[in-house]
Amino acid sequence: MSTDAAGLGRGRAVGFVLPALVLIGVFLVFPALWTIYLGLTDYRLTGLEAAEPRVVGLDNYTAALGDERFRGSLWLTAQYVLGSAVIGQAGLGFSIAWVLRDRRGPVKRVTEGLVLLAWILPSSVVAFLWIALLDRDEGTLNALLHTPGLAWLLDHPMPSIIVFNVWRGTAFSMMLYGAALANVPPSHLETARLAGASTFQQLRDVVVPRIKGHVLTNLLLISLWTFNDFSAFQITAGGPEGRSEILPIYIYNVALSGGRLGFGAAISFLVLIINLVVAFVYLRLLRTRREDARREVAAP
Amino acid sequence: MIVLGGLTKEFPGGVRALDGLDLEIADGEFFALLGPSGCGKTTLLRTIAGLETPTSGNIGIGGVDVTSVPPGRRDVAMVFQDYALFPHMDVTANIAYPLRIKKVPRARREAKAAETASLLSLSDLLARRPGQLSGGQQQRVALARAVACHPKVFLFDEPLSNLDARLRLEARTFLKRLQRELAVTTVFVTHDQGEALALADRIAVMSAGRFMQVGTPSEIFRRPANTFTASFIGSTPMNLLPGVAGDGALRVAGAVLPLPAGVSDGPIVYGLRPEYTDLSLSPRDDAFTGKVAVVENLGTAHLVTLESGDHLIQAVVPEGEEPAPGTAAWAVPRPGRALVYRDDRLVSPLPADGAR
Repeated sequence: MSTDAAGLGRGRAVGFVLPALVLIGVFLVFPALWTIYLGLTDYRLTGLEAAEPRVVGLDNYTAALGDERFRGSLWLTAQYVLGSAVIGQAGLGFSIAWVLRDRRGPVKRVTEGLVLLAWILPSSVVAFLWIALLDRDEGTLNALLHTPGLAWLLDHPMPSIIVFNVWRGTAFSMMLYGAALANVPPSHLETARLAGASTFQQLRDVVVPRIKGHVLTNLLLISLWTFNDFSAFQITAGGPEGRSEILPIYIYNVALSGGRLGFGAAISFLVLIINLVVAFVYLRLLRTRREDARREVAAP
Repeated sequence: MIVLGGLTKEFPGGVRALDGLDLEIADGEFFALLGPSGCGKTTLLRTIAGLETPTSGNIGIGGVDVTSVPPGRRDVAMVFQDYALFPHMDVTANIAYPLRIKKVPRARREAKAAETASLLSLSDLLARRPGQLSGGQQQRVALARAVACHPKVFLFDEPLSNLDARLRLEARTFLKRLQRELAVTTVFVTHDQGEALALADRIAVMSAGRFMQVGTPSEIFRRPANTFTASFIGSTPMNLLPGVAGDGALRVAGAVLPLPAGVSDGPIVYGLRPEYTDLSLSPRDDAFTGKVAVVENLGTAHLVTLESGDHLIQAVVPEGEEPAPGTAAWAVPRPGRALVYRDDRLVSPLPADGAR
């Protein structure tokens, strides 16, 4: 069988692919390699090292791993990913999709419309709305709760940005789980109901085994997006005193505000490694699942 | 026993799927709900199961009003058209699932599953997943799951329709024997009139959310109460011809036929099954005259369509006696087999004992 379905021939096929490869090389591969190189130098935004950066080997990495601010930031990032992506977005998104699964009409459309609206608005607009909501003196939330003068962003910066990110990003999970639940045959849920299964038992025995692949894909995507999310900067800028300084904000503060480009590049590379590890674990889980499914079909 | 009283189900948007149904199904009875798609038969089954809530009316199972009882506590088991086997569980786990929900200990429920599986000759397949079973095996696993939890009522939603034709006949015989052995009240939904006639003790023919007729298969086949039932029951479509009764005779589509007893003068609809119509190639007075338009091979017989003026009349002709298309032929009603309707109600033959 010919592998050349389009009938282009090798030469022309390479011609079609080449522009894309060049673009990827120039804008993706080269900067990545450059970041790795920068991470090994003491390059700065200003001063002597800006003109003549020196290679310092692994000094940046040892400094980062020994730095309390970096480790604190890593811990905050873990909270941010777990709280806002895994528990918040995936949990809330699934709950909304489950509740709305066999509804038709205005309730479903309005809910989905509102959740989607939060997702498609530009993050700067959303950030401004949340600052207006949480403001100490004129904030809407304080007016609603009758708690004048409560400084949400200063006293509870992490919960604030976690709730902000849940609110902002739930739409994706809701839509993905909505589509996944449409794949669960109604007769399976009804069989469980006729056997007397509770909602929890229906989810455990019928729904989750059916949508495991969707759950893993969803968790992979939203954890990576949240890990690299910078929009919280527009609300707290990492403050107060670094109490909401998740890794992307930490890098920005160190590399651009602090001017230590080499150190920032080293931490960026560490973030890349963490992302790769997370992605690898999820993909591994997904693959064992697929192989299970295939073995099942292939057996006599 | 299942008792329905004034059962009505109206869906949002004003569709009346069930329209004031009253019915009693006896203990151990095999009851078929028969009708074309959209007639409400599946909605009725689902309402008995508790998967749909009736708009008004009530349902009793075994002497208890279950109208507002959730499906899990009605003690009914349902087999769905797609079998609804859980793909991630093996056959044992699937059969034992309702017992697991009822918190039967593992050893007991696995023993029960194995016992039920042997009743349905599934013993060799206990460790398989549904994806590794044929359609017929999946259907038996679904049956076994319903049987294993000893319900008061079985509800079957077209369980045979996903099988191929030959297997369907085998499964039909098997199902009837199983139901006789277990003697569990069974309600069975089908759109296949042959299946309903073959399996059921009694049949309810449904159309537009109402019962058109409720009766035993032979009652429904011999004396369909209205033209809808008449045209729906039977493996070939019944001839239904407009006519007039008067002067001691029936005048239907150009033929003058003897007037059955008890039919008063006036317009009628004349019903005659193609199986009870004989074909003659020589002229006769008591017959419909026409030209052979189509001949269809049914295997052991042929279905011949006569063009008689504006009407089409069909007759079943034994193998080897079929006429060539275009020839003139006379369709002779077999004596005593004709059905006469007035205002869509059967007026002849009337039952001998006066019962419906």
